[in-house]
Amino acid sequence: MPIKFLLITLLALLLFGYFIGRKRSLALKANNGGAKKTLHSLPKYYGFLVSLWAGIPALIILLLWTAFDTTIITSMTVSQLPEQTQQLSQDELGLLMNEIINLSQADKISDVSANDAKMLIKQTAANNFARFSHISNLAKTVLVLVMALMGLLLGLRYIRAETRARNYVETAIKLTMMGCASIAILTTFGIIFSVLLESLQFFKAVPITEFLFGTTWSPQTAIRPDQVGSSGSFGALPLFVGTLLIAFIAMLVAVPLGLMSAIYLSEYASQKVRTVVKPILEILAGIPTVVYGFFAALTVAPVIRDMGESMGFHPASESALAAGLVMGVMIIPFVSSLSDDVLSAVPQAMRDGSYGMGATKSETIKKVVIPAALPGIVAGILLAASRAIGETMIVVMAAGLAAKMTVNPMEAVTTVTVQIVTLLTGDQEFDSPKTLAAFALGLGLFMVTLILNVISLHVVRKYREQYE
Amino acid sequence: MKQSNTDKIKASLKKRYAKERRFRLYGLISIAISFLFLLVLLVNISIKGLPAFHQTYVKLDVTIDANVLGIDKNSDHEALFSADYSIIITKTLKKMFPDVKSRKQKRALKKLVSNSAAYDLRDAVTANPNLIGTTHSFWFLAKDDVDVYAKGNIDRNLAETERRVKDFQLAWIDQLEKEGRLKQRFNSRFFTSGDSREPEQAGIKGAMVGSLLTMLVTLSLSFPIAVGAAVYLEEFAPKNNRWVDIIEININNLAAVPSIVFGLLGLAVFIAFFGVPRSAPLVGGLVLSLMTLPTIIIASRAAIKSVPSSIREAAYGLGASRVQTTFHHTLPLAMPGILTGTIIGMAQALGETAPLLMIGMVAFVADIPQGITDPSTVLPVQIYLWSDSPERAFTERTSAAIMVLLGFLIVMNFLAVLLRKHFERRW
Repeated sequence: MPIKFLLITLLALLLFGYFIGRKRSLALKANNGGAKKTLHSLPKYYGFLVSLWAGIPALIILLLWTAFDTTIITSMTVSQLPEQTQQLSQDELGLLMNEIINLSQADKISDVSANDAKMLIKQTAANNFARFSHISNLAKTVLVLVMALMGLLLGLRYIRAETRARNYVETAIKLTMMGCASIAILTTFGIIFSVLLESLQFFKAVPITEFLFGTTWSPQTAIRPDQVGSSGSFGALPLFVGTLLIAFIAMLVAVPLGLMSAIYLSEYASQKVRTVVKPILEILAGIPTVVYGFFAALTVAPVIRDMGESMGFHPASESALAAGLVMGVMIIPFVSSLSDDVLSAVPQAMRDGSYGMGATKSETIKKVVIPAALPGIVAGILLAASRAIGETMIVVMAAGLAAKMTVNPMEAVTTVTVQIVTLLTGDQEFDSPKTLAAFALGLGLFMVTLILNVISLHVVRKYREQYE
Repeated sequence: MKQSNTDKIKASLKKRYAKERRFRLYGLISIAISFLFLLVLLVNISIKGLPAFHQTYVKLDVTIDANVLGIDKNSDHEALFSADYSIIITKTLKKMFPDVKSRKQKRALKKLVSNSAAYDLRDAVTANPNLIGTTHSFWFLAKDDVDVYAKGNIDRNLAETERRVKDFQLAWIDQLEKEGRLKQRFNSRFFTSGDSREPEQAGIKGAMVGSLLTMLVTLSLSFPIAVGAAVYLEEFAPKNNRWVDIIEININNLAAVPSIVFGLLGLAVFIAFFGVPRSAPLVGGLVLSLMTLPTIIIASRAAIKSVPSSIREAAYGLGASRVQTTFHHTLPLAMPGILTGTIIGMAQALGETAPLLMIGMVAFVADIPQGITDPSTVLPVQIYLWSDSPERAFTERTSAAIMVLLGFLIVMNFLAVLLRKHFERRW
């Protein structure tokens, strides 16, 4: 049965469970009308209880089965293959399985009469695969529906006047919500495990010192082992330098502009101006990064190239400057809104004290407000820096691909994120060092941004406590 | 005479006030720079993108010759459908420009109209077989080069070698223009067709449907989970519990993790481990919902926190349980704030590109996706793909697609502001 119908049937069973549970409890109440016994909970809670009994075990089984059936069926099909085929390498086996799966979906009933031996193996395997899938599907349907029915019957047995139905249902709700909250932790674990496992595999092939301190990055691995430079070289230092260069240019734009905007908005501007200007500034943060990338590549980069040439430089057409400048503008709202928050948190009394000594407004801001807000501002800047380092689309579209070790903003550099995208777009095998290198870069990116975030969040929290 | 302190201060006042004014000006200038950039960005994209909403069409007087096609009025649908109509188009063009001799020019001549012209003609004939044997005027889609020239985006003064369109082609186009055979029409194809290798045929419908499906998956996953998490953390979680602290720190950190890392997670966990189909809105939605969860959770928590405790206490006083209080009173009152946060999170997800590149949504997909497991692409990725194409006509379309995307985002944000203005209560 297709999953859609299975789900609909299940839903119908749940609804049925709810109504029958409610009805039973009402009947119970009517029967007990004479006696002094009343139901513990409202009838609807008995209904919910029955549907919970029917739904939860069935859904768990359905979820697990759907998550793992392909893997299990594949390995079962592989084990049915002739011995020498099973000896193939992981990659070849994966390719073969893909073919087999496609074959099994193409036409279900095909006679095994092909005289080509290889084709025969594939066809047999495809038939096996189709058969296993069919059995698995059938078993899943039967098991899920039986579980639902059994749960329903079990739930009905709980309908007694003294059953604390509401409490059970509420506990289930609370547990569900707790599960929702825990997804954040699961996500973090998922990220760590996915990048860490692949990275470890990568570091088996490429030593970690070479990755961190090597100065040549050319991940092109050859198809045949006897080709020149078949191993590729994975020295990521040029990528780190490029990333930092572009992020630095971005911060050079974003910090002064963002900070000054925040100071103007929080110290000088009237309420009316604030309510108009702030949302417009936020628009800059709401524009998709792909739009900035397009703008940087097609409009800003040519302008910079022309300007540079007229001044006697020879900027590359994809210069770090263009990507950095546009990224800086994108980050302005982050810096300004974070600084705005911390500046407004500085107590008015401190300003009044400064005015009382005869200081002008700008003197007060420079000598009193900013020093007081400094930890918060620094934290905001760190958060913005982590944003700049992790930004992808602008650099993918406006920065280059050549991994050059340079701090000259007129040259084309590449970044960690650009390389991750280049390594992972397009079809290649999952286990090649190229793909794994992308995960190692991802691990580095995740660690750096995590450290920056943790520091800045900690500082902000400490800072808030200081003035509360 | 010795200067007193007051005199010193008085003397310096002018300078200090000037400094004050300058400082203030710096603030204004920074805001002005941001505004200017925003304005330049929007105007630049509009100027580039607006022409794409119009498309050049060429009028050809086509004689539908039964002998050339090998069919007649009584042919069955199959035969009508499979006849080679491109020959007719080529013949018509040759008749119009009889002095074309060289092979190169002949090839170029075919490229006056898009290759979809043959399909358009096929559809017309299949719908009405009586057209066979008659001569009829059709408006066909012009090839992208013709379109770009007709819109005035090719500089005639450039040396011929530096132009994509050569002198003889320009002469043809001028002749067509003179005969009134060129016309600009609203480019409805842009909204009704999928991606194509031919710029003049490429549209954003596939990407829009893909975006819609992806957003549906994202919304249906992230909204309930985020609300559940926010309610738990605000209303039920024990205070000063280590587990709860870890969850909170985690959520705040996830909000700042680069989006591309979520793409890596999607690739390694959803695609490689669980075997979710690549390039599909399903896996895109899964990744984006993990990404938007922190945004929605943080906004929902703020909304729930702002509901005054007197409401809860009143409910408790009437004998409601904690869960009942939350679901009957607190949550409905916090809903406008939660919805605002959700819309903002969805707008973020709609504009996201990087993680979707990781999970294979960059494939060229010409078909319009029918379900959440079909390969598809989304609007921002389509923009990225087109921006990579060298043709001038694609630049135009990229900008137009950006305008459509920004339009959606503006509508969503406007909705969020409206929600906040109308339903938010100050307690």
